[in-house]
Amino acid sequence: MAANTWKEWMQGLIELEELIEKLRQALDRESEPSEHQRIEARLKEFERRRDVVLEVITTRMGPWEEVLMARAEPRPYTLDYIELCLTDFIELSGDRRYGDDKAIVGGTAFLDGQAVVVVGHQKGRNLQERTFRNFGMAKPEGYRKAMRLFRMAEQFRLPVVTFVDTPAADPGVESESRGISEAIAESMRVMFSLTVPVVSVVIGEGGSGGAIGIAVANKVLMLEHAIYSVIPPEGCAAILWRDAKKGPEAAAALRLTAKGAHEFMLVDRLLEEPFGGAHRDPASVGETVKKAIVEEFEALSKFTPSELREQRYSRFRRMGMYETA
Amino acid sequence: MSAGPTAAPGRFVQCLHCRKTLFAKDFLAAQKVCSYCGHHHRLTWQERVDWTFDPGSFEETDVNLVSVDPLSFPEYREKLSASEAKTGLRDSVVSGTATLEGHRLSVAIADFAFMGGSMGSVAGEKITRTLELGLERRMPSVIFCASGGARMQEGLWSLMQMGKTVGAVERCRESGVPFIAVFTDPTMAGVLASYASVADVILAEPRALVGFAGSRVSKQAQVIKAPDDFQTAEFAHRSGMVDRIVPRRELRSTLATLVRALGAALPVSEKVVA
Repeated sequence: MAANTWKEWMQGLIELEELIEKLRQALDRESEPSEHQRIEARLKEFERRRDVVLEVITTRMGPWEEVLMARAEPRPYTLDYIELCLTDFIELSGDRRYGDDKAIVGGTAFLDGQAVVVVGHQKGRNLQERTFRNFGMAKPEGYRKAMRLFRMAEQFRLPVVTFVDTPAADPGVESESRGISEAIAESMRVMFSLTVPVVSVVIGEGGSGGAIGIAVANKVLMLEHAIYSVIPPEGCAAILWRDAKKGPEAAAALRLTAKGAHEFMLVDRLLEEPFGGAHRDPASVGETVKKAIVEEFEALSKFTPSELREQRYSRFRRMGMYETA
Repeated sequence: MSAGPTAAPGRFVQCLHCRKTLFAKDFLAAQKVCSYCGHHHRLTWQERVDWTFDPGSFEETDVNLVSVDPLSFPEYREKLSASEAKTGLRDSVVSGTATLEGHRLSVAIADFAFMGGSMGSVAGEKITRTLELGLERRMPSVIFCASGGARMQEGLWSLMQMGKTVGAVERCRESGVPFIAVFTDPTMAGVLASYASVADVILAEPRALVGFAGSRVSKQAQVIKAPDDFQTAEFAHRSGMVDRIVPRRELRSTLATLVRALGAALPVSEKVVA
């Protein structure tokens, strides 16, 4: 039976790591040499076991495990990447229409000294944060805040970076009545109109319309253990097989892994994660992401403003798989 | 999904909404609108063409575009074949040009009977080409939406059609070529959240289902009670997301007047005299 959450799936590893942590603390406290040696040996043994378990888990990830990994709570989120890759971030709030959506954050920042506008979905790690961030599910005001920031980037000729990490856009009654569909569509339209360079990075869950709503970029990068999907696998399973528990089967059928998206050339570049996932070494994944964004902007700097808009359209224009009978 | 009351040819049909019995002849004369309750039944693309555009003016384009199965998705090919056999269509969107009171238009019509009108690569490509043809020949685009959303069986390819079609709309905007969308029953999810919602003018048929997420999902996700007309054209209209609810019998004249108004600045040579 497949695990339902990252925590469930990682139970063994998490327990091992807790034990290792306890042994480390015991080791620090222990002054008696022979006892110290004994604990040290045990610690080494457990660390060896941890490495084996991690190796097994990481090298045997199927599509469903990729889904769980993309959703893992300890994974770095947008605000983490902003801290890891950018400097002097000033968060800006509000859509100037209705309110401020906490599931999408944005503002100005600097990338290696270059001023940029950054926008991304934001999830929460504990119950309180998750509620505050609405589980990373943005409402219309989130997309309207994003649009406002995109337009500001255009006005001041600033490159745009977006981080994509959402299960889906908020599907509730409020969102419907304020036009969630229009907000997503209009956000994409505004992104197509930009003449500044736009780079998007799918860092976790690329959840359908809610994701592409801020991912109309000149270059779309994707972390190795992120997913990008037209529908959540559970939703797909519920519709096709009337059984939401068949998520693992649907995940395989949808080919929603980074590798799948890259093979289809629907994302431009895969970014390698530290062994075992981004959360195991945020500093190094931050470095990878930053380096990639800098390189992409460097390459895009050769385009004129109107060429940037053209390139963005032709990037999407060619996407389609069909035959002429 | 039933193709509607005309599925069984006979003297009588039953309204799918109020269940009253109607004369088939009267029902068709009323363009499949129930004379008792006003329910607008779903149309096939052919009926839509016949009842909207100038007689004989429709010329189909891109007839030969067919879906492939990029993911080798379980049972997708079978579903495509079954839909093709049922509808005679190759995919969920039919595109072409037509005139409306003499105005040449670039048009696309989605047919719900083909896999729920879902948008995969072929539908996305046809919608994009419709908008691009309008742009190139400087004629307004009119698109009739009828879709459950993006087509799951093509995965990320389908999601990308949302971007592609919106990109084409943006190019029409930049060039001042109008795009009118008509929301018919149903206009949902990936279609509503892409090209449909960024049209210059949005008309909707009465009581068409119009919404982002399946209503079960959205009702579950909320503490707020959904209004009775949640996810209908009327709800979308009240929320400011639709310009007008237009009864079917007035659709042709409303569209013609809008095309005349919005297309006023387009070159006169494109207005063919009927």
